[in-house]
Amino acid sequence: MTTAASASNPTRIVETHPIDKVLRADRFPHILCPACGIGSIIHCYVQAIIESGIPLNQHVCVSGIGCSGRAAGYINVDSYHTTHGRAVPFALGIAVYRPDLHVTVISGDGDLTSIGGNHLIHAARRNVNLTVICINNFNYGMTGGQAGPTTPLSAKSSTTPFGSWERPFNLPHLAHAVGASFVARWTVLHIRQLKEAVLRGIHKEGFAFIEVLSPCPTGFGRPNDIGDGLEEMRRYRRRCHVDDNAYLPEIDIDLTNDESPIVVGNFVDVDRPPFHPALGEPASTTAKPDPDRADARTQSRESISNGR
Amino acid sequence: MGADAKVAGSTRLMVGEHFMLGDHACAEGALAAGLDFFAGYPITPSTEICERLAHRLPQVGGRFVQMEDELGSIAAILGASAAGARSLTATSGPGFSLMMENIGLAVMMEIPCVIVDVMRGSPSTGLPTLVGQGDVFQARWGSHGDYSIVAFSPSSPQECFDLTIRAFNVADQLRIPVFLLMDETIGHMTERVVIPPAAQIPRTPRKRPTHAPGEKLFLPFKADSDLIPPMAHAGEGYNVHFTGLTHDERGYPALNAQAHEELVMRLSQKVSAHASEVTLVEEVNLEDAEVVVVAFGCTARSARRAVNLARQRGIKAGLLRVITLWPFPEEQVRRLAGSGRVKRFIVPEINLGQVCREVERLTSLPVDRINRAGGAMISPQSIVEVIAA
Ligand SMILES: Cc1ncc(C[n+]2csc(CCOP(=O)(O)OP(=O)(O)O)c2C)c(N)n1
Ligand code: SF4
Ligand SMILES: [Mg+2]
Repeated sequence: MTTAASASNPTRIVETHPIDKVLRADRFPHILCPACGIGSIIHCYVQAIIESGIPLNQHVCVSGIGCSGRAAGYINVDSYHTTHGRAVPFALGIAVYRPDLHVTVISGDGDLTSIGGNHLIHAARRNVNLTVICINNFNYGMTGGQAGPTTPLSAKSSTTPFGSWERPFNLPHLAHAVGASFVARWTVLHIRQLKEAVLRGIHKEGFAFIEVLSPCPTGFGRPNDIGDGLEEMRRYRRRCHVDDNAYLPEIDIDLTNDESPIVVGNFVDVDRPPFHPALGEPASTTAKPDPDRADARTQSRESISNGR
Repeated sequence: MGADAKVAGSTRLMVGEHFMLGDHACAEGALAAGLDFFAGYPITPSTEICERLAHRLPQVGGRFVQMEDELGSIAAILGASAAGARSLTATSGPGFSLMMENIGLAVMMEIPCVIVDVMRGSPSTGLPTLVGQGDVFQARWGSHGDYSIVAFSPSSPQECFDLTIRAFNVADQLRIPVFLLMDETIGHMTERVVIPPAAQIPRTPRKRPTHAPGEKLFLPFKADSDLIPPMAHAGEGYNVHFTGLTHDERGYPALNAQAHEELVMRLSQKVSAHASEVTLVEEVNLEDAEVVVVAFGCTARSARRAVNLARQRGIKAGLLRVITLWPFPEEQVRRLAGSGRVKRFIVPEINLGQVCREVERLTSLPVDRINRAGGAMISPQSIVEVIAA
C-alpha cells in the first residue's frame, strides 16, 4: 500500500492500492462481519483477475444470494447479483452467448449446493466454461446461522439446536463425480494457493469448482464454540493437510472433531470438451469419448489419480 | 419439427406462405425477430416451440440450450440477454410457476426477454394436452410485489408469428419481460401463416449507452425522460452492477424507503407511460353494438362466430378481441361502457373468471360471465345463448 500525504494539505491522506481498480471502492465499508472469511476470498479473486493478464472488461462475476453472494457487488467488473440458487444458470447464459468472456461465479455453500444444487451438477456435467468459487462457511450466514447441506454432523445451528444429524456433502467428491474439469479445496488461510487455484480456474476451458472453507464467526463459530474467526483459522492451520492426490470419497470434513484432518489441494485437472451448444453441426464433433470418466469407474482406491 | 423446417436449412426467415402449427409459427416469429438464445425445458403443449428451435436455431447462428429445469431456463435467458442476446424461453403452467421468482428479477434488473406460456388445463399438472386460459392473472401478478409487464394473446398461428416479433420489440424498447400467453388450442392449431420478407419485419433496438466506456461516468440505472435507462451489456467495459435488491442509479444496493419508492414507481410507470403504444385490440362490429363480447385467445374465435350468428338473428352484437391482455385495454372498455349505446358485456373465457374482473372494474353495466374450467373450447352456440338471453 502506498500512502501519500498532500503537501498543501498535510492532513489529507490519499490511499491507493494495486487492487483498487478492481474493487468498487465507492461501496465500502462493506457489510461483512469482523473476521468473516469472505473478504479474503474476494481479495484472492481480484488478485487472480490482475494476474490473469485478461483485461477487466472480459471478466464477469455472477453471484447468488447470501453473504457470499454479496461478493459480485464489490468487484469492479460487469457483475450480477442474481437470485438465490440461480447464479450458475444465469452465468451459463452469459458464457454461452459470449464464449470470449471469463465468467466466475462466487456464491455460498447454501446457494450453490442446496437451492442451486441441480444447476451446479448439470453445469459441471455439461462442462460449461465457468469458474465457480463456493464459499463454504458450513451454514446459512445471511439468514442468521441455519444448517444447510454442508453443516457437519453434530454441529449446532439455529435450526439444529441439538446438533445436525444429516450427513453433509463432500463437495470436491461431488464436483468430480458430476464431471467438473478442475476441482480444488482450500481455506481462507491458504491465500496464495487459493489465488493460484482461481487463476487455474479462469484459464481452464471448462467447469472449474473451487471450494473455500471460510470462517463465519457470527453464524457458525458462535454456536459451535469456535472462539472467533482467528480461532477457526488456527484450526485450519493445525488440521489442514495438502494432498492433491487425495482419494476424494474420503475427504469429508468434520470441523467439530479436532482429530480428523481437513484435506485440501488441487484434486482434479482434466481436459474435456467444454460446453459449446452446437452450431448446426453433428454432435459427434463436440462430444469426444472421455477416457477419464471411463477409468474413474474402474479405479481402485490405490490407483486413483483423480484424472490428472 | 415439421417438414418445412427441414428444408429451411440455414435460412433464418422462411419467407412465403405456410400451413403451420401455432407453436412453430411462434418459433419462426422468434427467428424472424432475430432470436440469439433459447433456453427451455420440454412441457406440453409448448414442446413444439422448443423442438423447432432445437432444429432451426443452431443452423442460423443462434444458441439452443435444453436446461435442467425452468428455474434454470429463465435464469439462462436473463444471463444471455444481459450479455446482449435476444432471448426466449417457452413453457406451460407448471414451468411458468417455476419461473416466477426470476421474472421479478428481470423486472428489477430491467433485462428484456420473451417468455411464452402455452396455457393448458390447470391448476397443477391439470390437463397437459388440453386447453386452458387460467394463467392470465398469474402473468400479471405471479411474481411477488408490484410491477408491470406486457402480455400478448394470439388467436391464430399467424398471430403467434406476428406477436412474437412484437413481443421482442416491446421487451427491448421497455427493458421488461414480455409474455406471449398462447393457449393449447392455438399452439396446436395448424393454419395459413404468411412470413413476410425481412424489410417488412420491424425491429426496435435496445436503448444503449451513448458514450464509450470510461469516457465519462455511466449510470446504468439512470432513466431518461421516457423512464427507460440505456442498457450496457456484459463484456463492453462499462463495469456495470446489476442486482435484484433495491438499487440506485449506479445499480448499487440502496436499502431504504425512498430509493425503493423511486425505483418501484419508475419500473411500474415506464410500462403505463407506454401503454397506449402496446395495447392492441381488434374491434368487430362494435360501431352499433349493444352487446359486447370481450374475448381473447382461442375463445375469441368462438366469440367471433357467436357475434356473426347473433347478427343473423338481428341482435346488435360486437366483439372486442383483447390482443394485449396486459396492460389491459382499459381505454377501449371504458369508451364502450360510456357510449350510451352498449347495454351489456359478455366475457367468455376458459377459466373461472379472470378477464371478466377487469371488465367489471371498468364499467357499471352488467357483465355476464361464461366460464369453463378447461379441457375444451367454449362453443359459439353457448355464447350466442347468452347474447340472446
Ligand atoms: C428463494 C429464497 N429462499 C430463501 C432466501 C433467504 N436466504 C437468503 S441468503 C440464504 C442462505 C445463504 O446461505 P449461503 O449461500 O451459504 O451464503 P452465506 O450467507 O452463508 O454466505 C437464504 C436461505 C432467499 N433469499 N430466497
Ligand atoms: S454472517 Fe457469517 S458469512 Fe455473513 S458476513 Fe457475518 S461472518 Fe461473514
Ligand atoms: Mg454459507
